[in-house]
Amino acid sequence: MELWYTEKHTENVNFSIKVDKQIYSGSSEFQRIDIFETREFGRIMTLDGYLMLTEKDEFIYHEMITHVAMCVHPNPKRVLVIGGGDGGTVRELTKYDCLERIDLVEIDEEVVEVSKKYLPQTACKLDDPRVHCYFEDGLKYIRRVDDEYDIIIVDSTDPFGPGEGLFTREFYGNCNKALHEDGIMVNQHESPFYDGDAEAMQRAHKRICKSFPISKVYQVHIPTYPSGHWLFGFASKKYHPVKGVDWDRWNALGLKLRYYNPALHAGSFALPNYVEEMLRDVES
Amino acid sequence: MEYFSQDRAPILEALEKMKRARLVPFDVPGHKRGRGNPELTEFLGDKCLSVDVNSMKMLDNLCHPVSVIRDAEVLAAEAFCAAHAFFMVGGTTSAVQAMVLTACKRGDKIIMPRNVHRSAINALILCGALPVYVNPQMDSRLGISLGMSVADVEQAIKDNPDAKAIFVNNPTYYGICSDIRSIVRLAHDNGMLVLADEAHGAHLYFSDKLPVAAMHVGADMAAISMHKSGGSLTQSSLLLIGENVPEGYVHQIINLTQTTSASYLLLASLDVSRRNMALRGNKIIDKIITQVEYARDEINTIGDYYAYSKELINGDSIYDFDITKLSVYTRSIGLAGIEVYDLLRDEYDIQTEFGDIANLLAYVSIGDRPKDIERLVSALAEIRRNYRQTGRKMLEAEYINPQVVCGPQEAFYGEKESLPIDETVGRVCSEFVMCYPPGIPILAPGERITEEILQYIYYAKKKGCSMTGPEDMSIKFLNVMK
Repeated sequence: MELWYTEKHTENVNFSIKVDKQIYSGSSEFQRIDIFETREFGRIMTLDGYLMLTEKDEFIYHEMITHVAMCVHPNPKRVLVIGGGDGGTVRELTKYDCLERIDLVEIDEEVVEVSKKYLPQTACKLDDPRVHCYFEDGLKYIRRVDDEYDIIIVDSTDPFGPGEGLFTREFYGNCNKALHEDGIMVNQHESPFYDGDAEAMQRAHKRICKSFPISKVYQVHIPTYPSGHWLFGFASKKYHPVKGVDWDRWNALGLKLRYYNPALHAGSFALPNYVEEMLRDVES
Repeated sequence: MEYFSQDRAPILEALEKMKRARLVPFDVPGHKRGRGNPELTEFLGDKCLSVDVNSMKMLDNLCHPVSVIRDAEVLAAEAFCAAHAFFMVGGTTSAVQAMVLTACKRGDKIIMPRNVHRSAINALILCGALPVYVNPQMDSRLGISLGMSVADVEQAIKDNPDAKAIFVNNPTYYGICSDIRSIVRLAHDNGMLVLADEAHGAHLYFSDKLPVAAMHVGADMAAISMHKSGGSLTQSSLLLIGENVPEGYVHQIINLTQTTSASYLLLASLDVSRRNMALRGNKIIDKIITQVEYARDEINTIGDYYAYSKELINGDSIYDFDITKLSVYTRSIGLAGIEVYDLLRDEYDIQTEFGDIANLLAYVSIGDRPKDIERLVSALAEIRRNYRQTGRKMLEAEYINPQVVCGPQEAFYGEKESLPIDETVGRVCSEFVMCYPPGIPILAPGERITEEILQYIYYAKKKGCSMTGPEDMSIKFLNVMK
């Protein structure tokens, strides 16, 4: 018997992982949640059939969405994570003793519950006393917040489904308002490779550029995401993501990570020409 | 005749049966179930093209319905508490015109509020009836026209005892209702018909949390936009009539202007939507009310904006308010409604129904999701934060009492000349000028042009309202009577 999980990366491209067994399947108010055990990638979680994370490569995503901003900001104390119900981003944040408060706003409480039960690798730090979970629409939460955070990490699903509102200009504008005057927003920025993802990437960049004075994009290699070539957005009110960063301060923390290091951080902002061009097209 | 219950959909069922019969089509339409037009089929889908068919025995004929269309109309009449319902495929415009043409002949008078839709005055051009305008009271702060005061209607009846009918908006675009129950009583006491424009009121029939529906309080005819709150396809509507209106005559009137090739897509959509509203309308409306009440509260907490509701009710010109309407007063952030409307579309990818000089109207319906409401509210908060202006001079909207010099038909067809708009003060206009939407006339044929009216036109143009009506589409010239 062979059981395969398949995600359509485009109408004409399939990505399949051989499944050992299904661990969990359920439907929340917002989406269908599935956990599979696989030989190659360990446990994997899918939402509405789209692959969100695998135990094998989630460290790449979660380290890169977290440590870049944490390294750039000279004195972060309060961080907001929007989405990220699997807990991976929060796990990375809890490695910093300087953080006083980590707020997690996830629309779907079921994702958190399921992750706690079946994905301890990512959800292990959700009970850290500095972590506060709010289960509501991110767009609604952020609307009421003013000048509150040093860093906002938008760890969202795709720009369709429950995460739709997190790719809008009204959302990015509200994030700007919720940040301190030297705040930084990092967001899951889709991929430049396949047409459908690339359009979403360009739309997001255009909208972020309208809301932040500094808006840069960095790249990362995530084997299980469509094309493997993925982007994060770095939007900031004051700090440049590379110039003037105090690398020594971060190195002195002595964090042991598997993917991120300051040299990679600086290099990840160097983008292929075709990506630069796509970004330039929507910047004017 | 066989009795059908509301869970049936006779037209839909007949179309399904027709598909199964696998007929060889040697009739129109020429695309032959889409095969002859692959590009269109690719775009609309073959399910859609396979039922874009012509009248035939098993599908009945809208011009003379005797079987499935008749059955569907009977079901609609039952669902809407009418003596009979006509399926209309020319939009609610055609239903409004059929009402006026049924009630009035040349020279007859019809009492109507000034904020009628253009289709009602267009009907007067067609039949030669004369309008007796009742001042819809104005809310000077919100800059919107309201309902008719019962005392004003009473006075109009006293002054024009020979009038044939009273025309009522139930509700207005903004959700405001007149006391239609009292107006029906007054009209019937004086031998007049009541014609209700329920273009924005299809849902009133299915909830007791909303203002009363016209047929529920004895109106004689009602034009219902099923394609708005009823969920059917654009351009499909219902015309309802009561016991006192001869069905056969109304049918003749409708057939004067109605197509003889009615679209079965539209007819089926009316049938399915009637079934949906009859079976589930109450629950659907409860959901809409919850969403709109939430949006209103959230918008009102943003600050400055005013999303209004039942607190406006004054027992007369605002006799009741349709709480499913989400109208927002925007001038308190220094922006005209049309400016907020443009910002929402251009900067936030949100398309709302319309913006006028002082208000924005977001249409919330059966198809909206909570996350869409969040986006609208958040975008409004952002617009206030980023675009708010202070100290801007905004025009006070006031009711401009029309000076009717002659009937719309006489003015429209009379001898006329085209003049630069600045030189028209004092002349009698022979065409329409309106802001669209909502499509309520600023000038109608037969009315005197005043300085005040021109100022309003200039201002609305400057704010970006779409001005329509005149032969000269740039509105630099107006046609006036010689």
